[in-house]
Amino acid sequence: MLFTVLSGLITSGLFIPFGKYFRTKWGAVIAILPILLFCYLLQFIPVISTGITLYESYEWVPSLHINFDLRLDGLSLLFSLLITGIGSLIFIYASSYLKGHSYLDRFYGYLCLFMASMLGIVLSDNIILLFVFWELTSISSFFLIGFNNDHADSRKSAITALSVTGLGGFFLLAGLILMGSIAGTYSIGQLIESASIIKNHELYPIVLGLVFIGAFTKSAQFPFHFWLPDAMKAPTPVSAYLHSATMVKAGIFLLARFTPILGGTSAWSYTLMIVGGFTMIYAALHSLFRTDLKAVLAYSTISALGILTFLIGIGTQEALIAAITFTVVHALYKATLFLTTGIIDHETETRDLSKLSGLRKVLFPVFIAGTLAALSSAGMPLLFGFISKDLIYEATLHSEQHLALYLTIAAVLTNVCLVAAGFMAGIKPFLGNLPQQYEKVHLPDQSMWIPPLILALLGLAFGLFPAVAGYFIVSPAVTSMSAETVNAHLQVWHGFNTVLLLSLVTLALGSILFLYNKPDSRKLTLLVPLNKVSPQNITKKLFKKFVNFSAWYTNIMHNGFLRSYLLKIIIFAEALLAYELFIGGSIYIDYTQLSPISIYEAVNVLILIAAVGLTVTTSSRLTAVVGTSAIGYAICLMFVYYSAPDLAMTQFTIDTLTVVLFVFVLFNLPSFINQANNKIIIRDSIVAITFGTLLSIIAIKVLQVPTDITISEFYGQFAYTLAKGKNVVNVILVDFRGLDTMFEIVVLSIAALGVYSLIRLKLKSSEKD
Amino acid sequence: MIDNQIIATVVVHLFTAIIQLAFWSKTITQRILSIAGCIIGFIFSIILFTNVFNGSILTMNAANWEAPFGIVFVADLLSSTFVLLTSIAALAVSIFSAVGIGKARMHYGYFPMFHFLIMGLNGAFLTGDIFNLYVWFEVIIIASFVLLTLGGRKAQLEGAVKYMALNILASTFFLTGIGIIYGITGTLNMADLSLKIPLVQDQNIVNLTAIFFMIGFGIKSAVFPLYFWLPSSYHTPPSAVAAIFGGLLTKAGLYALFRVFTLIFIPNEFIKTVLVGLAIMTILTGVFGAIIRNNMRHLFSYLIVCHIGFIVGGLGLYTKVAFMGAIFYLIHDIMVKTNLFLISGLIRKLRGTMNMSKLGGLYAEYPKISLLIAVVLFSLVGIPPLSGFWPKIYLFEASFAGKSYLFLASLIIASFITLYVIAKLWAEVFWKEASTDEIVADSFQPLSRFKKTLLILPIGILACTSLFIGLYAEFIIQVANRISNEMLDPSPYIKAVLGK
Repeated sequence: MLFTVLSGLITSGLFIPFGKYFRTKWGAVIAILPILLFCYLLQFIPVISTGITLYESYEWVPSLHINFDLRLDGLSLLFSLLITGIGSLIFIYASSYLKGHSYLDRFYGYLCLFMASMLGIVLSDNIILLFVFWELTSISSFFLIGFNNDHADSRKSAITALSVTGLGGFFLLAGLILMGSIAGTYSIGQLIESASIIKNHELYPIVLGLVFIGAFTKSAQFPFHFWLPDAMKAPTPVSAYLHSATMVKAGIFLLARFTPILGGTSAWSYTLMIVGGFTMIYAALHSLFRTDLKAVLAYSTISALGILTFLIGIGTQEALIAAITFTVVHALYKATLFLTTGIIDHETETRDLSKLSGLRKVLFPVFIAGTLAALSSAGMPLLFGFISKDLIYEATLHSEQHLALYLTIAAVLTNVCLVAAGFMAGIKPFLGNLPQQYEKVHLPDQSMWIPPLILALLGLAFGLFPAVAGYFIVSPAVTSMSAETVNAHLQVWHGFNTVLLLSLVTLALGSILFLYNKPDSRKLTLLVPLNKVSPQNITKKLFKKFVNFSAWYTNIMHNGFLRSYLLKIIIFAEALLAYELFIGGSIYIDYTQLSPISIYEAVNVLILIAAVGLTVTTSSRLTAVVGTSAIGYAICLMFVYYSAPDLAMTQFTIDTLTVVLFVFVLFNLPSFINQANNKIIIRDSIVAITFGTLLSIIAIKVLQVPTDITISEFYGQFAYTLAKGKNVVNVILVDFRGLDTMFEIVVLSIAALGVYSLIRLKLKSSEKD
Repeated sequence: MIDNQIIATVVVHLFTAIIQLAFWSKTITQRILSIAGCIIGFIFSIILFTNVFNGSILTMNAANWEAPFGIVFVADLLSSTFVLLTSIAALAVSIFSAVGIGKARMHYGYFPMFHFLIMGLNGAFLTGDIFNLYVWFEVIIIASFVLLTLGGRKAQLEGAVKYMALNILASTFFLTGIGIIYGITGTLNMADLSLKIPLVQDQNIVNLTAIFFMIGFGIKSAVFPLYFWLPSSYHTPPSAVAAIFGGLLTKAGLYALFRVFTLIFIPNEFIKTVLVGLAIMTILTGVFGAIIRNNMRHLFSYLIVCHIGFIVGGLGLYTKVAFMGAIFYLIHDIMVKTNLFLISGLIRKLRGTMNMSKLGGLYAEYPKISLLIAVVLFSLVGIPPLSGFWPKIYLFEASFAGKSYLFLASLIIASFITLYVIAKLWAEVFWKEASTDEIVADSFQPLSRFKKTLLILPIGILACTSLFIGLYAEFIIQVANRISNEMLDPSPYIKAVLGK
């Protein structure tokens, strides 16, 4: 199993050095990989269908309990067969579809990465490992949507898709981690065992919400669905593979996987039924208004995803059987329809339904494939779609009494629209007269039309022999979602009952709708008033507001003025210090501990205050410099009074030097512009005085604390005996803490060098870095 | 255990710088010396890291004065990890500088300054003395200031003045804090402080002092509302300088925050709440700034601010899980942020601009370089299993456990916006067709093969380190785990320094 996942990752890595050999027709060779994987997985069907789950485990990050824990049960087997099976056909199809494209190798590289990640999602037995692959699918989808990267709207769609699924991803990660920390494990097997602990935990609703956001964004549920129609900018094989058959089903897979862990509560059921139900109707109706083939398919895909969510929400065994069956049915017919659309687009260079008609005359096998798929989608008896439609109606009819009617109506309504949408996409382009400009259209290479035909025929085969699919694929998958072993008896004939009646009514109404719903681009204008409140537009507007707010905030905070930065920092410091002082209680000063104030000190302080006053009030720079130097000298005098003559000497020297330098510099400065008005002066002086007061209080508080003098005593005691110096201060500077001094000297040297270079080197902006 | 080799990583860069001074205008000799010095420094840092990782905390008494009387150097796992990361980043930047820095700057002492800066960083990470830490910060500030102004362009000077003014303010707060702390305990040795601070009767004054340190280091770490110097200055110097700044300068502040708030001041609820609150605001500030910037380096500057919030939040939550997230994030962040600025330098060489709307077409023209860059960008975003992903698991878990839902929300917003801006950057710079209206000569293409390698190799080295961090997350987690244990229980540190 590990190799199943890694082979795709390795292959995509190998494309970087060896890609150039696959740009030619040899590209199709790469399809061997999914085909081999598909065959390899096929052999597990008999084992898994007996209800066995296979496990494999490889250590990766054991400290986080994140390991390569893989599990192969019915659900993962079903999905991995879809991934590799449809993948094989897509790989083959793409080699012709993108023939001659100069970046075919990149395309296959992304596709392999995607396939591997998707397999990783479905095979993981560890929710964080699952998430790792989950994100990788988003990334590969980003590259594939933006594959035609010289188109601005391709790039935009890629960003939209990545943003929506990426944001959902982060919510999902949070949900998974919360779930893991509640249960104490990331292993899916163990989580199932602790399901009741999780469901009864007070944070269960949060877990549920976060996981739902992840699943809904990925599986394009309302209101996150808008990225999917945009994603149709990707080459059609990608749309068929990622955005219809597999990746968008990852969210559905997640819900299915978590059904035994989180499912069964009313929060689970109602949310899923409402969101899924709304999505399926909303998107089905939307699909009727489209004239672009791919847009029709995109909306009908969203609707199908809604149906799946809805069914998982109902949650009865019947509903789960219906969900699993419909997953397979939908993957088969929708991939077919995308592939036939791709052929039409490729050969006629349009996807406009109002222009296409009569193509059966030139693209006959494609017509067969399209028709079979459309009929399967419509639920025509003898096709696989019929079985799934039956199951869906059975599930809604047999749901809770008070809901059954409403759920059934919703399902019928959706399906009626989907019948019409399916006919539009699969049959409409082939009917009628062939316009002149398409007469020269010819069948493409067989590697393009055989894949959709195979898928369509598979739909027919399963429709004829549903029991096979039921026993080997559906039952094991549903079993792994439920507590007990499930046997799904899929059969063609159920007898005459309500379900059959509903199916036939759906088919009939859908056909009528199809006949009366002529593709016309003017219909889209009917939706314009709705666009204002569409999630896409609301998101766009909110995002724009967010960006505007960001600009406003950033410009206020970071406005380019140093004085404003200083002000903010000082105010912040004041707030913190004041709060801490305030909660520290009353401030008690023991005056007896303080030495008496001498007349010299008092005079000195007065000089100091006067100098400060002069400095801040003067309008001349020179006076301000003189003022600060006076402050400096006053402080030096303090050192003298408190018996630190060395310090005083140093300070005197530095102060004098600074003043001299300052005066030199002042000559070269432009004249002083006073921008302060009264308001600013008052504000600044309040800030300054507060800061000074706070610092003074703190200083006085510090004086109250008895000092530990062990270390100073050590210095005094051993300066002469051990360090051989009579002046303790000097010994501290050059010996006890000599290292400080040494590197302060380095600082001075660096500064000197810097000044030299600054004066000498003046680069012009044209010169290089 | 006393082991004098722990200072080797400081000494190597000191001597490299001094020898380079002797070859003042010999630019080729300087380049060779610089790369050689960085390689030797790198080897020493690996030895140091292995010794500490496999053995125990190492110490060295400067001038052989025993702690707490002299200055002591301590290499615990936190320090030696930082030293190792610094050495890797320094090596990469040194190689990049050989081609990425113009001759004029080399003539005026670029390389010696660079090595003085690295020396200062290593010294700051290794010292066990709070005043000595101040001295190292002085070395860092002055060396970075000279690097910032070197070249003397107007934009450089304007940024440098703000950088210098705000950093001096930070140092003033820091120094005031040191003054108070010496006043109330009579010691400067950090291990000794760890023992004496809880004995101080007036804990109110201790908390006040803690605020001084928080603001001082907060400015250096570019935390909200103290971050202004960073977006004012990081876009002005040459890319190699910006790389070392982006990767390491703020991280020195963060290192000091972690060191001081786990060893000396065990934060009370108020300080923890403030730290988490600041973290949230820092993250949002970064987000708001990043989303509106169109120049790559402006964008990266705000992303630095944003992700600093992740780390500060980890400190503020103050649990083991949170510490592990923060430390893992730091390790990841140093490599990636250094690389981002090197990348912007490379792109400037390719296209002559860093303005995203003018750039384009790189994926078509340089597919392999683009993929290399993509690895770095995805690591930054935290696309699993790359390096930015793992710490998020811990941070998410820690915020759930601490019921810090606001912090969690800001983490999610930040992760999303990072993803968005990087996707936008990719689309603009790599996908979009190259703009035709303004053709700037490609100054990369005409370079010799050797010179091209010198530009790409460092990005490759750092990208591989990021890949290693992501794919062998288990090892990094073990390191983060041990560091977190050290931080939660400082007694082995104290015992190593003071022997008790």
